[in-house]
Amino acid sequence: MTGRGFDRLLAVLSPLGFLAVWEALSRLALLDPRFIPSPANVLHTIVAMTRTGELPYHVLVSSRRIVAGFLLGAVPAVGVGLMMGLSKPVRAVLMPLVSAIYPIPKIAVYPLLIFYLGLGEASKISIVALSIFFLVLLNTMAGVLAVDPAYFKIAKAYGANGRGVFATVAFPGALPQIFTGLKLGMGFALIVIVGAELLGSDKGIGYLIWRSYQIFAIDAMFAGLLVTAILGWVAILALDWLERRVLPWQR
Amino acid sequence: MNLGTLPNVGAHIAVARLTHVYPGPPAPVTALQDVSFTVATGEFCVLIGPSGCGKTTLLHVLAGLITPTSGTVTVPRTVSGHVATAVAFQGVSTFPWMTVAQNVAYGLRMMGVPSAERQRRATFHIRRVGLEAFRDAYPHQLSEGMRQRVNIARAFATDPDILLLDEPFAALDEQTRLRLQDELLRLWEASRKTIFFITHSLDEAGRLADRVLVMTGRPGRIKTEVVVRLPRPREYGAIRRDPAYGTLTARLWDELAPDENATQT
Repeated sequence: MTGRGFDRLLAVLSPLGFLAVWEALSRLALLDPRFIPSPANVLHTIVAMTRTGELPYHVLVSSRRIVAGFLLGAVPAVGVGLMMGLSKPVRAVLMPLVSAIYPIPKIAVYPLLIFYLGLGEASKISIVALSIFFLVLLNTMAGVLAVDPAYFKIAKAYGANGRGVFATVAFPGALPQIFTGLKLGMGFALIVIVGAELLGSDKGIGYLIWRSYQIFAIDAMFAGLLVTAILGWVAILALDWLERRVLPWQR
Repeated sequence: MNLGTLPNVGAHIAVARLTHVYPGPPAPVTALQDVSFTVATGEFCVLIGPSGCGKTTLLHVLAGLITPTSGTVTVPRTVSGHVATAVAFQGVSTFPWMTVAQNVAYGLRMMGVPSAERQRRATFHIRRVGLEAFRDAYPHQLSEGMRQRVNIARAFATDPDILLLDEPFAALDEQTRLRLQDELLRLWEASRKTIFFITHSLDEAGRLADRVLVMTGRPGRIKTEVVVRLPRPREYGAIRRDPAYGTLTARLWDELAPDENATQT
């Protein structure tokens, strides 16, 4: 228990230490504030932008897009991934398609999505969904394939039907890997949503960063980056929490 | 394969001229050749044989997981929500993602038994194997011996006519193994289910069985059967002092030994 507490303390101390060094370098005038503002300055900007409601608005917009895109992408990905893991023919049919589409940088598809869905929320949510779909799908499939065949044997010996095998062996057996996919996907979702907002949006964190660049508000750009980092961190914490709730059998 | 043409035939296993060939690659392997035997209702039948002789293949055939190449197998099958045959496999046995109670209730859940009834029966069987303090624990929190208890409780919980057990105590230390043998004998004496038990331990075979079937090395054939006439209950200390027990295990060894030598040359 003390070991775990110590690890947690380190996990909090390391980013704080980084900020302290940064602040010190700024105060010693080793960093040019025109290019790299001090953490105190960035914090000040964040507070000011929070007061005006501007920052929370953009964060909320981006968060909503990520959550909606995540659900839209992950739910079917888990379903298809489970089927691909359980059935050789399904795998044979879908695997070439997946292998072909998976390596395409999803942000390259964004112009096409804008063309189909317009500049509104639909294209943003879709790009997030698309960016995590294959990642979660491949991890889910790998998770099912990694389940010890003995468990499938036990299920069959106790008369489990297809649905029973799905619900009691394939899904719970693949869940740890599914979570690996979700966590990796969360990183991709952030990259893609901020990228998409940089390119064509009138709100969201990406838009905030781009607009700050255009008006040369460097501290606001840093505020946007920092908030993105915090958003990613909170998202991973949320997934970790969910994982502990859903996977109590994992040590 | 004849899958229990008579659903009401009761707990009774009949295997006639069973042959199973794994098609390969690299080359076809005859795992079982011309195997015939029966197990009577309520009998504790133990199968021993050298490793790799097809014991597990035979159990998988009996459990309906493998369709044999030829021969007939008569085992009562699941009839209207009643699992006639329950299996406890070797090695990984409990689902790591289920608690003890969920593992024990697994067969009942697959049978479609309502939740409340499932709980009640699982609780009963958990108590019978002495794990009531661990009903909400996950397998990784248990010792291997406790996991095997869960495995056995799950098999009993479905109230089957026949139990097929594949080396359930193989991975255990000697003391735990003896204690679990005691528990199994107690459960069997209380329920008088038909048990088909695979082991590679001669001591275990002699202690548990009404009758021991001896298999040869690959391809597996039933070489002989040895009826065990030792009185029950077979308390370990007493049975070890009984000269008849020594004679029995020595005889089982003799039955196995020529074959062991043959496979080594």
